[in-house]
Amino acid sequence: MQYISILIAAIFAHNIALRYFLGWCPLVSQSKKLSSAWGMGVAVTLVMTITSAVNWPVYHFLLVPYGLEYLQYIAFIIVIASTVQVLEMVIERFFPSLYTTMGVFLPLITVNCAILGVSLFMILRDYTLLTGIVYALGSGIGWSVAIVSLASIREKLRFSDVPKPLQGPGITMLIAGIMAFAFLGFSGMVGIK
Amino acid sequence: MGYLSPIIVLDLVAGSLAIVLVVANKLFAEYEDVTVDVNDGEEEFVVEGGVTLLQAFTQNEIYIPSACGGQGSCGFCTAKVKEGGGPVLPTEEPMLTRDQLIDDVRLSCQVKVREDMEVQIEEKYLEVEKYSAVVESTRDVTPSIKEIVFDLKEPETIDFKAGQYVQVQVPVDGDTVDRAYSIASEESVHDKVMLTVQLIEGGLGSTYLHELEEGEEVEFTGPFGDFYIQDTDATIIGVAGGVGLAPLRSIVFSLLEKGVDKEIWLFYGSRTMEDLYYHEDLQELADEHDNFHYVPALDSSQPEWEGEVGLITEVMKDYLDKGDDMEGYLCGPPPMMDATIDLLTEYGIDEEDILYDDFS
Repeated sequence: MQYISILIAAIFAHNIALRYFLGWCPLVSQSKKLSSAWGMGVAVTLVMTITSAVNWPVYHFLLVPYGLEYLQYIAFIIVIASTVQVLEMVIERFFPSLYTTMGVFLPLITVNCAILGVSLFMILRDYTLLTGIVYALGSGIGWSVAIVSLASIREKLRFSDVPKPLQGPGITMLIAGIMAFAFLGFSGMVGIK
Repeated sequence: MGYLSPIIVLDLVAGSLAIVLVVANKLFAEYEDVTVDVNDGEEEFVVEGGVTLLQAFTQNEIYIPSACGGQGSCGFCTAKVKEGGGPVLPTEEPMLTRDQLIDDVRLSCQVKVREDMEVQIEEKYLEVEKYSAVVESTRDVTPSIKEIVFDLKEPETIDFKAGQYVQVQVPVDGDTVDRAYSIASEESVHDKVMLTVQLIEGGLGSTYLHELEEGEEVEFTGPFGDFYIQDTDATIIGVAGGVGLAPLRSIVFSLLEKGVDKEIWLFYGSRTMEDLYYHEDLQELADEHDNFHYVPALDSSQPEWEGEVGLITEVMKDYLDKGDDMEGYLCGPPPMMDATIDLLTEYGIDEEDILYDDFS
């Protein structure tokens, strides 16, 4: 039950993109087309889950015993960077069709703050390994929900009369802001510890 | 110990990740050898998988045009992929037209070779080869233009269409850069290549070529270019400016040698009499052949000069009739070419029937 509520909370009430405003770079730049938004969403979810699963033991079994918690930023960044590298190789090798849809986005994710943010939240909130993974999975799905809905709205924008100075990133920021308001409505639904 | 532990732990994390990466690279990023079949068996080669199709071509000495060097931004390196190669990548889509996408045309710098492939490229690129040659003779044909004849060594012969060019590999600090020069010799000459090169102050290629001595070795790739005689009955209007005579010399000599009976005009603009080259040869040729008309023109009059004077476009107006079935072949400095293109379209030649070489 605890896992389900964390999952739901991570997707809706504590949406990493619309509540914490993390990972906005790709959110704005990759939401032009629905198909690339899907690819980006899947890639972020995958990387988020895997890196949290690796970062948890690194933190608890390597950094904590030696009192080196302050090294977590550097350690996590290295872990994320190399995980993305390996993941890209594996996907390119064994799932060529998946590589063409989402693999090309993987290098963009290495420097995505949402990925690092989720690992840091996991440590901050003192999650167990399993809870951490569920939380990361939920956050990834939440981020995907945000970018996919944003992309769907943007595709419809073609038919709207957007004032010239606002076209492109400008109107996207406004829409994402309004979406963030909408997601505030979920906050009473389920909390996060 | 207190200072050492962060270093040790961090090194441990980074070190083990490095090992993982090395192992992963070995396990996943190395592919087996695959076979690439080009133009239905005309050429076949084996490469180690994982490289791009363009790299595979280059490794096997098939040179297709690629202006951006494989970044997927020029769209020149297209190849039809009939078998293997996977689906079209998002990086290729913007560069390909609808028709190309339907026709399985891909950008070879983006397609990775991971399985046996069957591809189709334009026939002419298979004829592109890397030649090593020896300088047979050099002579000054004008104060600034040198005629250089290369004797081909490996491979020993070349097939090209009059008007095409080669890319000479100019050595620079242990590396080479390519410089394009039109072939001036006739199509029927297969064992030699003749270039005419104008010395340009500070120019890499022209300085290198002008300093060559007999017997020195040179490497070049080719032949390249869409600038060659089309198979039609239309009257040929050749327009050359300065050193731009080289491809037109090849075109005129090759056609007349074949005994073609269509009308051929050659308008040749030059600054002074001293800058005209192959002048006597062309005059002789014009005397021998009724269908070849040679009209040289100087920028300004000179005492001994009896021919035309003035801008080449003005001179041409006296000789051409509007509405005739004509094709333009131009090579020269850009302002001259622009003016000539304007004139020829005014005289009723479709823009697609005006071919020109632009090396500026």
